[in-house]
Amino acid sequence: MSDQMESVESFRSRAQAWLEGGGLPARKTSADPREAPAAGESDHETDGLALWQRQRELQKMLFAGGFAGIAFPSEYGGQGLSRAHQAAFDDVSEKYEMPLLLNVPSLAICSAMLIDMGTEEQKQKYVRGAISGELILCQFLSEPSGGSDLAGLLTRASRDGDTYVINGQKTWSTNAFAADFATCLVRTDWDAPKHRGLSMIIVPVHDPATHMNRVQMVNGAMEFCEEFFTDLVVPAENLVGTENDGWTVGQRQLFYERQAVGGGSPYTSGRSPDRGSRSGLTIEEVARKVGKDKDPATRELVGWAHAQDTVNHQLIKRITVGMTSGDYPAMASSMMRLAHAEIPQQKQDMMLDIAGDQAVTSLPEGDGFLKSIGVSYLMRQGASLGGGSSEMSRNMISERVLMMPREYAADRDVPFKDVRRGR
Amino acid sequence: MDLELSEDQKLFRNTTVKFLENEAPIEKVRELNKSGEGFPRDFWSQGAELGWAALLVPEDLGGGSISGDGFKDLAIVAEEFGRLTSPGPIIAVNVVIAGLVEGAASGPDHSSEIEGLMSGESIGTWAAYEPNGHWDPLNPSTSAAANAGNYVITGVKDRIEVGAEADVFLVSAKTDAGIALFLVPADAPGVTVESVDSLDFVRRYATARFDGVTVPAEAMVGTEASAAEITERMFQVAVALQCAETNGAIDRVFEFTVQWAFDRYSFGRPLASYQALKHRFSDMRTWLECCMATTDAAVQAVNDRDPEAGRLVSVAKAYVGTKAVQIVQDCVQMHGGLGVTWEHDIHLYLRRVMVDRQLYGTPTDHKRRIADLIGL
Repeated sequence: MSDQMESVESFRSRAQAWLEGGGLPARKTSADPREAPAAGESDHETDGLALWQRQRELQKMLFAGGFAGIAFPSEYGGQGLSRAHQAAFDDVSEKYEMPLLLNVPSLAICSAMLIDMGTEEQKQKYVRGAISGELILCQFLSEPSGGSDLAGLLTRASRDGDTYVINGQKTWSTNAFAADFATCLVRTDWDAPKHRGLSMIIVPVHDPATHMNRVQMVNGAMEFCEEFFTDLVVPAENLVGTENDGWTVGQRQLFYERQAVGGGSPYTSGRSPDRGSRSGLTIEEVARKVGKDKDPATRELVGWAHAQDTVNHQLIKRITVGMTSGDYPAMASSMMRLAHAEIPQQKQDMMLDIAGDQAVTSLPEGDGFLKSIGVSYLMRQGASLGGGSSEMSRNMISERVLMMPREYAADRDVPFKDVRRGR
Repeated sequence: MDLELSEDQKLFRNTTVKFLENEAPIEKVRELNKSGEGFPRDFWSQGAELGWAALLVPEDLGGGSISGDGFKDLAIVAEEFGRLTSPGPIIAVNVVIAGLVEGAASGPDHSSEIEGLMSGESIGTWAAYEPNGHWDPLNPSTSAAANAGNYVITGVKDRIEVGAEADVFLVSAKTDAGIALFLVPADAPGVTVESVDSLDFVRRYATARFDGVTVPAEAMVGTEASAAEITERMFQVAVALQCAETNGAIDRVFEFTVQWAFDRYSFGRPLASYQALKHRFSDMRTWLECCMATTDAAVQAVNDRDPEAGRLVSVAKAYVGTKAVQIVQDCVQMHGGLGVTWEHDIHLYLRRVMVDRQLYGTPTDHKRRIADLIGL
């Protein structure tokens, strides 16, 4: 950080002036979820490619205005400013249409990881590309047999001259259908124990050697994809970090994932309007809509939901301070991750409770808002499954923050080819 | 614990910790409970010498703090009180001081009473509850009738912290012009005080009857027009201090419970190696962090007189009040049968945390207040 860095207040007024001068279009209605899904959330409306084209256009507008990648280094297309500058921009841009879908994973996870672990060429191509709106990055991590045991993955890459040849299958790749490149974790050494035979390779998402399916979720959303690789050939220069040291790279990526999913990333840009569910209604609005706003029990639930939402934000701030100062280990981010699952789940419970009997039916000609609370509830557990399960977060907190004994692992120090898989 | 303390604040905390550990260790708390003594008067006056009652007093009245953020410093003391379930009217006295300082802007001068409280010579407490009533300090049935330049106060107040030890009560009462606050000396004719049992080991409460107690007009704190604002300030100070104290208590309980999980072996391995228990510890650790985060924000807001302070203290009390007792009860569970014995210290903490949870508005009261404040 140089002494010449623009002050946050000066930056804020400059950003405000740019926005007021038409830098970005205004958000049409603050509560319309189709314009601004929150990070990690999605619905039918995020599934269309037109929307993603719009995200690219918005990102290009930000980039042209000098407000893209505010906390990213300027060498790679960012603005080289601080988290505080980004926060100031988030404040002033709330009423404007923002490319919020690009935050996770393209910017806050993949690009953040590449800044730390990528080669100069990779940063110039992919990070700059993501910040400038030219391309979108996604993650190929999970596999159908893996669950929480990410390091037990089976997708293999074999070195062949200047290329890697990849075979296998990935799943739960959020919004991969809309992305251009993926950071893909693969196995390159089957004789090493599971953590020591992995490599991280950047792969194109759309290639004839890759077959992609969309995975439909219980709420109808189609954000997840699964991919099948049959002799997918990528240049060896796409290796991130060193061969067989992919776990280190993956850990870095997972750190940014926890940070982003927990809501503490400096690399996200823009803030989604505070919505309680995909219905776009806040919990106060639900209470009014069902005529329970004067009911003391409902008021208590609304107050409690507000308190917990507030605490969730306060927690992010505190842990971020603790990790920045070094008072807390990096794994303290798992507490954000855990709270960020538990608190929204409780809020969903409260919304369902308040919406009552109206949450499960709706007239065909009705607005369907109350039923959408029921639909959201079908996905209640998503928050404690995505980005590593809450149980994994609990292991991290107990083992890496409280330093309690590690769980027994039958595959520790065993060559991966000899690890038992299935019965 | 605030993660952003200055060096001066860290030094102040260390001084407070050393004093409390020397003068009021847990064994001493048990002795005080056994003897029925709430807190030794000299303990409090020594604490006052360390500045415990000066932090909310303006410099021109002889108060002040090293950091310049008096309320943040006071929250440090409250947190340390919680860590040892210390005796002494840290909340009661400072709430009265906050009210007197606030009232000075609109009403009679109480600088000599502030001085007495600040030096520890005098003990003050806020008499806001009434029998069978819930927390509703602006709706007293106690009355103050104007009579020849005096006021005659009649009514009963209960759940008064250090009521039996107090030298002066800050009493809310109805006047012809609204609600007002009065400073009533405990030895004024017509005042009778009766101790009541409390759950806390050393934090004692009392009921006070005011049978036609005559006080001069200058006993009023602020005016009827400013009573609500003064009450809100006292309320915010009380609630934020309760949360800070509670955090000290749960932090300490969690600390010794984690240690217990490492030390205690079952089936040949430490409790800390069982995933079922590790996961509960992780939840507790996360809730504890949430309690700290929300209290930090509330303390900062009260310190800064932020317009959002009222909402933020209620968020903190709703959250901390709800989670703290759950954390301590979970820690009781981790101790097994030992956790519910008189000998183990954990119940001293559960007592303090429960008393802090229930008074100055329960979590339920605060949740409803939040709904009011966000315009539902």
